[in-house]
Amino acid sequence: MSEQKPRADHKVRARFRAISDGAATGLAVLATLLVVTPLVAIFAYLLYKGASSLSWAFFTQIPKPEGEEGGGMANAIVGSAVLLALASLIGVPVGIGGGIYLAEFGRGTRLANAVRFTADVLNGVPSIVMGISIYALIVYHQRRFSAFSGGVALGVMMIPTVTRTTEEMLLMVPHAVREAALALGVPNWRSVLSITVRTASPGIITGCMLAFARVAGETAPLIFTAFGNSNWSVNLNQPIAALPLQIYIYAISPYDEQHKLAWAGALVLIILIVLAVSLVRFVASRGVLKGAS
Amino acid sequence: MTRIRFQRSLEDLKENLLVMAGLAEQAIQRAVEAYRVRDLSICDLVSRSEIAINRLEREIDQAALDLLAMEQPMAIDLRFILAVIKINADLERVGDAAKSISDRVRSMEQMAVVELPVDIPRMASMASGMVRKALQSFIEADAEVARSVLSMDDAVDAMNRAAYKALTKVMAEESHIAPQALNALMICRSLERVADHATNISEDVIFWVQGADVRHHKSPTGGRDAHAGR
Amino acid sequence: MGVGIEVTNLNAWYGTNHTLQDINLNIPANHATALIGPSGCGKSTFVRCLNRMHETNPIARVTGLVRIGDLDIYKDAKPVEIRRRVGMVFQRPNPFPTMSIFDNVAAGLKLNGYSNRRSLDEIVERSLKDSALWDEVKDDLKKKSGASLSGGQQQRLCIARALAVDPEVLLMDEPASALDPVSTSKIEDLIFQLKSQYTIVIVTHNMQQAARVAEKTGFFLNGRMVEFDSTHKIFTNPSDKRTEDYITGRFG
Repeated sequence: MSEQKPRADHKVRARFRAISDGAATGLAVLATLLVVTPLVAIFAYLLYKGASSLSWAFFTQIPKPEGEEGGGMANAIVGSAVLLALASLIGVPVGIGGGIYLAEFGRGTRLANAVRFTADVLNGVPSIVMGISIYALIVYHQRRFSAFSGGVALGVMMIPTVTRTTEEMLLMVPHAVREAALALGVPNWRSVLSITVRTASPGIITGCMLAFARVAGETAPLIFTAFGNSNWSVNLNQPIAALPLQIYIYAISPYDEQHKLAWAGALVLIILIVLAVSLVRFVASRGVLKGAS
Repeated sequence: MTRIRFQRSLEDLKENLLVMAGLAEQAIQRAVEAYRVRDLSICDLVSRSEIAINRLEREIDQAALDLLAMEQPMAIDLRFILAVIKINADLERVGDAAKSISDRVRSMEQMAVVELPVDIPRMASMASGMVRKALQSFIEADAEVARSVLSMDDAVDAMNRAAYKALTKVMAEESHIAPQALNALMICRSLERVADHATNISEDVIFWVQGADVRHHKSPTGGRDAHAGR
Repeated sequence: MGVGIEVTNLNAWYGTNHTLQDINLNIPANHATALIGPSGCGKSTFVRCLNRMHETNPIARVTGLVRIGDLDIYKDAKPVEIRRRVGMVFQRPNPFPTMSIFDNVAAGLKLNGYSNRRSLDEIVERSLKDSALWDEVKDDLKKKSGASLSGGQQQRLCIARALAVDPEVLLMDEPASALDPVSTSKIEDLIFQLKSQYTIVIVTHNMQQAARVAEKTGFFLNGRMVEFDSTHKIFTNPSDKRTEDYITGRFG
């Protein structure tokens, strides 16, 4: 008689567990869908609106004067590439260097705390403010808009992300690995570069990619710096076209033809970013993660 | 205090060894009593205790082996267990000596009782006394008491030599009682062996307590090597 | 060839924690010396003072004299130089995860600027043979990463890596404590063979291991060295009651 009660209790508990387990799983799936849906929706919509305007001309021609049919965004694609290359040249070395300093050489110092604080603030600066600041610092004094100033603006925006993720990834390298290097009589700087950074490089590369993907789509800082250009130009001292900028210009124009090109441009921008990120991941995994977990 | 189980096992080992010591001591006393009163029933008692002694020897050896294998004893614990194993063997041989004496008594059953120029009971009590003192030093873990046993060996050796001289003279000059004299000589030899075993036991105690190996020492009077029993 | 180590009045602190107090001892050359003692007694700290790894901690401080061979390691040389002459193997194997087996062994040399390709090959082979790992990895030297080996193999890899820079002293901080009995035996056999070429100091909390591999043993307790003598004496008849209480397990 005394055995029956615990058994019934056990069954009720088991059923409750099964129900709550299912409910939790359901909620997790729902949350995932909520996250993925906007992305998929955007991509699908872009495909719908922009795919029809994609043509060979889009990738090879520069914009036609207002009102005319046809034309493309070739110069904007090239221009974005130039700007991003310049931005990476500024943002990646400075960011990684900053991250190395924060993680390895400046731990606990007031300077390091100041640097970290600065990076966090910089991260929060609105992109339009960044554009205006670079305008005041560079464009005004050079008395012209230029690709150079655009690259600087984007580069500076990359720095905080790269710095913080580099620092995080370096701190995750196990202390044992550093000790092993030091115990071999390797000087600290060498150990940091050849061992610690190398071990953390997959994470550092990811950080750079995140920063790259973020600035690839920035428009506001380019308005006052790169300014945009309807002709072919890769001159760093001249205004230069950029894909997000061109999309913006076309989107606010009164011409339907240009609206279509804007959609196509948006689609192309997303695809290019995805391609760039995938390429970097592929190259990184081949080079560094040989057999290690 | 950690390793409580191990400490208890060591205590058990010590107790079993003392039980065995009691049996061995008793066997010697009975054997000599049998000689004194020529009572064969006492010889039977000695034979029975020898069986018990042999069984205990096996048990103690087995227990010591188990402790060595399972507990990885170190330092003083290791020396203690080694000492127990050695003392175990010496006590078993004391039992054997008692059996020898009782066998002599049996073979003298048909012979006439005669006066012989040896005081076997006195020699026996000295040898017995040494064994008892050696075991006391073991119980108390006292190296000084153990050392005092080592110096008692000379007296027993002296008595044995005197007995040898006297009895061989009897065998030569009074050949009609030569058999009794011969058996008495063999009893003296067994008692001298008992004294040697007592010395060995004392040396083992000193090794355990102090970690000093005092075997094969020459006694102060330049007497015989006290280690002859092994 | 190994050299002797002379330690005089060594004191060490972590911040305000006086971890080592007045340590004095002489570690003989070409022998294995074991250091035993309960957790937190300072034996690991002591060993890290011998290759100046102790000071990689910013709040660490050391006073006293440590002489390795004829070199005062705190006055006559920089930490980096000392660590090239005094190798270290840690408790948990720590091969460089992004490097192949070959690169791991050669790391100490390559990272210090040594680049002669042919002698690197020879040195790596010799080191792996000395650490009894060559036969198991000789076909995969550049293909497999250091981290893909088993625990026991990883530890032998770390030993090979330490040996490749040709130190005079090898410090081992509980090298086998994370390994299974078979790997432990292999490492112990290795120490036995290495003794003739190097001076070995091995920290261990396994007393039977100390008894198996070391000629001399030191017992540490609460930051002091209580007794330092031949291994035989320590384990059969130690002079100090504290030593005896520790090794017979009566501690605590």
